Amino acid sequence: MLEKIKEFAGDFFVTGDPLIYGADVSIALALISIITVLTYFKKWGWLWREWLTTVDHKRIGIMYIIASILMLFRGGVDALLMRTQIALPDVHFLEPEHYNQIFTTHGVIMILFMAMPLMFGLFNIVVPLQIGARDVAYPFLNSLSFWMFFFGAMLFNMSFVIGGSPDAGWLSYAPLSELSHSPGVGQDFYIWGIQISGIGSLATGINFIVTILKMRAPGMKLMQMPMFSWSVLSSCVTIIFAFPILTVTLALLFLDRYLGAHFFTLDGGGNPMMYVNLIWMWGHPEVYIVVLPAFGIYSEIVATFSKKKLFGYKSMVFAMMIISVLSFFTWLHHFFTMGSGADVNAFFAITTMLIAIPTGVKVFNWLFTMFRGRITFSTPMMWTIAFIPCFVIGGMTGVLLSVAPADFQFHNSYFLIAHFHQVLIGGVAFGYFAGLYYWWPKMFGFKLNEKLGKWAFWLWNIGFYVCFMPQYFLGLDGMTRRVSEYSWDMGWGPLNLVSTIGGFLMGIGFLFQVWQIAHSIKFMERDTTGDPWNGRTLEWSIPSPAPLYNFATLPQVQNQDDWWEDKQRKANGLPSTKKPQPLEPIHMPKNSAIPFIMSVCWFVAGFGFVFDWLIFAIPGMIGVFICLLARSFSYDTDYYIPVDEIKRTEAALRGAN
Amino acid sequence: MAQHQGGAHGHDAHGGHGSLKSYVIGFVLSIILTIIPLVLVLNDYVEGTAANVVLLVTAVLQFLVQLLFFMHLREENKPRYNLMSLLLGLLIVLTIVLGSIWIMTYNTVAH
Repeated sequence: MLEKIKEFAGDFFVTGDPLIYGADVSIALALISIITVLTYFKKWGWLWREWLTTVDHKRIGIMYIIASILMLFRGGVDALLMRTQIALPDVHFLEPEHYNQIFTTHGVIMILFMAMPLMFGLFNIVVPLQIGARDVAYPFLNSLSFWMFFFGAMLFNMSFVIGGSPDAGWLSYAPLSELSHSPGVGQDFYIWGIQISGIGSLATGINFIVTILKMRAPGMKLMQMPMFSWSVLSSCVTIIFAFPILTVTLALLFLDRYLGAHFFTLDGGGNPMMYVNLIWMWGHPEVYIVVLPAFGIYSEIVATFSKKKLFGYKSMVFAMMIISVLSFFTWLHHFFTMGSGADVNAFFAITTMLIAIPTGVKVFNWLFTMFRGRITFSTPMMWTIAFIPCFVIGGMTGVLLSVAPADFQFHNSYFLIAHFHQVLIGGVAFGYFAGLYYWWPKMFGFKLNEKLGKWAFWLWNIGFYVCFMPQYFLGLDGMTRRVSEYSWDMGWGPLNLVSTIGGFLMGIGFLFQVWQIAHSIKFMERDTTGDPWNGRTLEWSIPSPAPLYNFATLPQVQNQDDWWEDKQRKANGLPSTKKPQPLEPIHMPKNSAIPFIMSVCWFVAGFGFVFDWLIFAIPGMIGVFICLLARSFSYDTDYYIPVDEIKRTEAALRGAN
Repeated sequence: MAQHQGGAHGHDAHGGHGSLKSYVIGFVLSIILTIIPLVLVLNDYVEGTAANVVLLVTAVLQFLVQLLFFMHLREENKPRYNLMSLLLGLLIVLTIVLGSIWIMTYNTVAH
């Protein structure tokens, strides 16, 4: 009996690597300390009522951001482990199998569990405030989206210590990801982790499209909407058409692995190339999904900190919508080398180059916004200014990659690695950092320390170029991606060492950001104005952090940058064009425990499917259906905040001024 | 939710959610469109290309019946967001299907 348990535990838990034992210990310690702190301070009830069951978009946004920063830490540690392994030739720090697992989890975590939730966090915090709404269109669904993402991410991350991580690359190409080549449970963790959180992403896409189309403040026309909200709309349109492709592709892979189907297998009429084709139909739009909101953030910041209206508003809107549609027509450029012939490659090379046009339009719009503006160099603006040259270089190397014949040389080399890190870090990560710094006072009511922020900024930026510029040359020297070891005579040693140093500089930059947040929580002054940056859009017209109902009376919008125009009128001594509105009871959604419970059930079911243990899968799925039924028959889902309470809250918030 | 009156009840306020007549017509049409291919194929009245054509045509008609009679595509007020997203969806579905066929036909590795 004991032997059997030992044998089972040996398969079930990942063993044999000191790094994993270290992770086991740190996970156990973290769990114990969280439980101890919550129990000691008697905070379980608070956690449940105020956070786990909340449907408030602002709190959901904060939870998304906390989760994504944790994931950034894990993905970053993965990156540094890899960079350590290939810093010099012939290093034996990570075994090749372990290296495979780490580059796989690094990619999945950074895109799906870091960039996506950070983006959704900013959507949640900013969009309703920016368009003058009191919540998103479907608050219950919003909470469900978050918890589906969270438990999907937890399921995926669990593979690190239980059962074994996936190791077939971040897109799990077939046939490597098929049962014949990856018999372990790692791939099943990949499929279920992504499927469960994917449902959440799709729901968020739908939620924000409806919010933006239906819930704008009275008078706000689409063409007066702040640019960040436009970027969210374009990103969400892409989400709702791209994510179903991912879901179907992974479902087919699951059928192959679980039921022995032959969609992507090597035998039985399967076609692994079809997997590559399908996954990139999602994979390419996906990168535009994460970068479009970053473009929106830059547009907001560049206008605010140049004290000028955004240059070329209409062209910016058209550029974004064109990018979101064109992103569906370029997917083959990820596999030019598959060999579909000159016609096919030429078509997709041209569509890829076309995307550079609207992107170029946007770069000029940002530059012309700054032209003759009164620029303030606060941290959000510094990230924005650093983004422009970085993204332009990344974009140009992208155009080089889009030349199909040349791509046969660049394909899967470090040139490609350098290119996509340049657009994803220089475009997406810089943008989200800028957005975090910019909207932080709106979330928490105080700014982040500028001095530490500037240290973090320079470490990240210098580190970035030191890390990725050498990789372009390594790629041209023939170093391919995913190699875990190389010999001295390849001549890649010096550039790799430089690149690793850059990687660690970015790691130190991240530590500075953590320090910056901790320091600011303790020492920064409260912002009592609600408008610390002299902003232009509606989110700055209310106190920070915003009250539960956001707007005591709904704003009446007449202009683009309505809040700014109103402030200008007041500064010029003109009367405000706004008529004071009478307070009315505010209709709000009630908190609900169903999203949390339902996501736990999905987690249990997913775990069961991963190990093929029906004893978990069946109760989990039954739990999911019970939650669906419970929601369908609950009618008591909303309430009204009485006028008295609004008056008290407003007096307390605005009284400080 | 927070602004328009009540989630569950607000539904009625939009009005015009089809009539019994249109539902019955839609229901009958969708049944007929299901029976036609079933009978033709099960009894081997048509085979090969002809069978494929019948299946595809009835499937597309079925799709239209669903959209017009049950999804209320006709009753939408301006701006017609549902129609717009349907058209964009169709464009992308066509790209996926035709694009995949085009790519795979000339694919030297898959053969």
